[in-house]
Amino acid sequence: MEALIARLRERFPTAIQDVITFRGETTVVVPREALVEVCTYLRDEEGFNMLADLCAVDYLPRTPRFAVNYHLLSLDHRQRLRVKVFVEEEDPAVPTVTGVWPGANWHEREAFDLMGIRFEGHPDPRRILLPAEWEGHPLRKEIPVVVEEIAYSFNKARIYAEKPFARE
Amino acid sequence: MGLESRLGQLGVVTTTLEQAVNWARSGSLWPMLFGLACCAIEMMATQASRYDLSRFGMELMRASPRQSDLMIVAGRVSRKMAPVLRRLYDQMPEPKWVIAMGDCASCGGVFNNYAIVQGVDEIVPVDVYVAGCPPRPEALIHGIMKLHEKIRREKLVETPRS
Amino acid sequence: MAEAEHATQLTELTWQQLRTLVSERALTGETMLLNMGPQHPSTHGVLRLLLELDGETVVNVAPDIGFLHTGIEKSCEHRTYQKVIPLTDRIDYLSPLSNNLAYCLAVERLMDVEAPPRAQYIRVILAELTRLASHLVWLATSALDLAAMSVFLYCFREREQILDIFELCSGQRMMTSFFRVGGLWRDVPEEFEEAVRAFLDYLPRRLDEYEEMLTENPLWKDRTIGIGVITQEQAIQWGVTGPSLRATGIAWDLRKAMPYSSYDHFDFEVPVGSNGDVYDRYRVRLAEMRQSLRIIRQALDNLPGGPVRTPDRKVTPPPKEELAYSMESLIHHFKLWTEGFKPPEGEVYQAVESPRGEFGVYISSDGSGKPRRVHFRAPSFVHLQALPLMAKGGLVADLVAIIGSIDIVLGEADR
Repeated sequence: MEALIARLRERFPTAIQDVITFRGETTVVVPREALVEVCTYLRDEEGFNMLADLCAVDYLPRTPRFAVNYHLLSLDHRQRLRVKVFVEEEDPAVPTVTGVWPGANWHEREAFDLMGIRFEGHPDPRRILLPAEWEGHPLRKEIPVVVEEIAYSFNKARIYAEKPFARE
Repeated sequence: MGLESRLGQLGVVTTTLEQAVNWARSGSLWPMLFGLACCAIEMMATQASRYDLSRFGMELMRASPRQSDLMIVAGRVSRKMAPVLRRLYDQMPEPKWVIAMGDCASCGGVFNNYAIVQGVDEIVPVDVYVAGCPPRPEALIHGIMKLHEKIRREKLVETPRS
Repeated sequence: MAEAEHATQLTELTWQQLRTLVSERALTGETMLLNMGPQHPSTHGVLRLLLELDGETVVNVAPDIGFLHTGIEKSCEHRTYQKVIPLTDRIDYLSPLSNNLAYCLAVERLMDVEAPPRAQYIRVILAELTRLASHLVWLATSALDLAAMSVFLYCFREREQILDIFELCSGQRMMTSFFRVGGLWRDVPEEFEEAVRAFLDYLPRRLDEYEEMLTENPLWKDRTIGIGVITQEQAIQWGVTGPSLRATGIAWDLRKAMPYSSYDHFDFEVPVGSNGDVYDRYRVRLAEMRQSLRIIRQALDNLPGGPVRTPDRKVTPPPKEELAYSMESLIHHFKLWTEGFKPPEGEVYQAVESPRGEFGVYISSDGSGKPRRVHFRAPSFVHLQALPLMAKGGLVADLVAIIGSIDIVLGEADR
């Protein structure tokens, strides 16, 4: 893994912003401009032939607020690597990696749907899990988790009076 | 037949039309083959070898709502699924009944969040609620028996309900 | 434009979006657009497919998911680490213990604790039993889709026995939540070993029976061989894992490649196919079930003694006796259940080989008692994405066989 990081640093001297090792997992932080280039290199030269997972994280109240994680897997070397891209709240856009791994398509749609990250150049930028007319991106931290007040004996009558029960 | 031998000569059996209709309706409920989540697996188990739902005249799961008169909402209903569920309910012919199977269908269960409808009774009128996450097949059968009792008490003037 | 308006009404898509999904011929009415699902007997849940058909031939498939979107990832952010476990059960409800295992391993890595050997072995036994139960349901439903009703009834009979074992351990049939961070909820009861051994003796005969019914059955072979083929390159590019990947001939199994929970102690094989079609997926899964039986037998034979919870008080509450005389223990116990334990800031990704493929859990911790973000890498989600690859150009009747063979669980795909 150290050799891989050294090769990466040599190949992309400015693009590797940070390398974090935590509990035996390595994370490489790259700027979004270099993402596709780094990913293509990792796939072609280092054998990371599978994109296992892609997910967006909301780091509120920190800035930059959002991050997109790419969990790469190399079947030949039995290795995992995480590539991370930070994006600002004002412009949450990342270039798409569907050209590198076609399987990124739905993962990126999911990240857009739930977190509101735009993937530039994505072939099919629609919502995937929520209905098409949904507004907002529910996994963002400002959206509350609990939507319905929890009923106890003291407020049960009021809640049930307001609840929209179906009629025939 | 057993009944005649016990009662002697039984020429005429009298009953009300209401009882006869309700008896027939409760004896052959056709559920819609409609599973949503975890509870659907338990619903399948209820139908399969060990619990054998056909003992209650319910072996015929119809995939089409047009041919069924019982909707077992087995699992959590998402906001995206809600209009579909209501349309399926509207497509069922009268008389029709709904069982909310499991906590999620009854009240939202553990998922009190943006995606899940907090109780399917917000969308369709529910006759029987079955508790459990997921309910055991015995619990579902108990719920079905309760629905049978309810159907046998129904007044004919009440149907069609609308 | 009249046809186009008709089409947009059908699919709730805009005109431009529809054009990206179907060919030009659908818009002139030359091919037919057909909606399959979300309520359909062979979509295995609430999956909706927009099909473009040219006669009987499938030209395009556009899956539409999200009808079971539960917001589990959002709910996880609201709970302490220990209390997330019941939610993980309900992601992939056919293999709840595999999900528990992935999540517990991820939190254990985050906390830097390890489950004791006995707990690891029992985890292996229960996870493999889960795999058997899940594969049995898969065999039941996919055979039912191809009109083999008797297999459905047989498989559910066997599955009930596995659920009995789960109930014996945890008191619940399906959503056991038996694994805890740092070990198990409690030790298995005395009758556990006997029950599992009885099942181990019972199942192989039944598997032979299924193979007799299906493997050489000409009807079954007609419906499955050469159907839904995916190549090795495609499978890797699209992230396909699990039995669907192994059916193409790649012996990739996380239990062998990146062992967890002491899977490296056991001797088992990774069955592979060669063609990557529906029949090979069926063969691989049946062979896997026999390997699972081998693993369970080895684990039972070598089951170590000792505790089933790590002694590390960071994650394990103090024993109940201690609460009676130690004020510190009482406070610690209270804090564990109200605030939860607090892992250091960081992020981990832990994957396990679930019955469907690589089930991964990503946790980002902000140093508080609740996770900042939990993300589940769901194999069904990824495999559904590859469905058009397998189905295009085939017959519409084969689509049912393909959906059955990739063994999707919509609860997992939608989360």
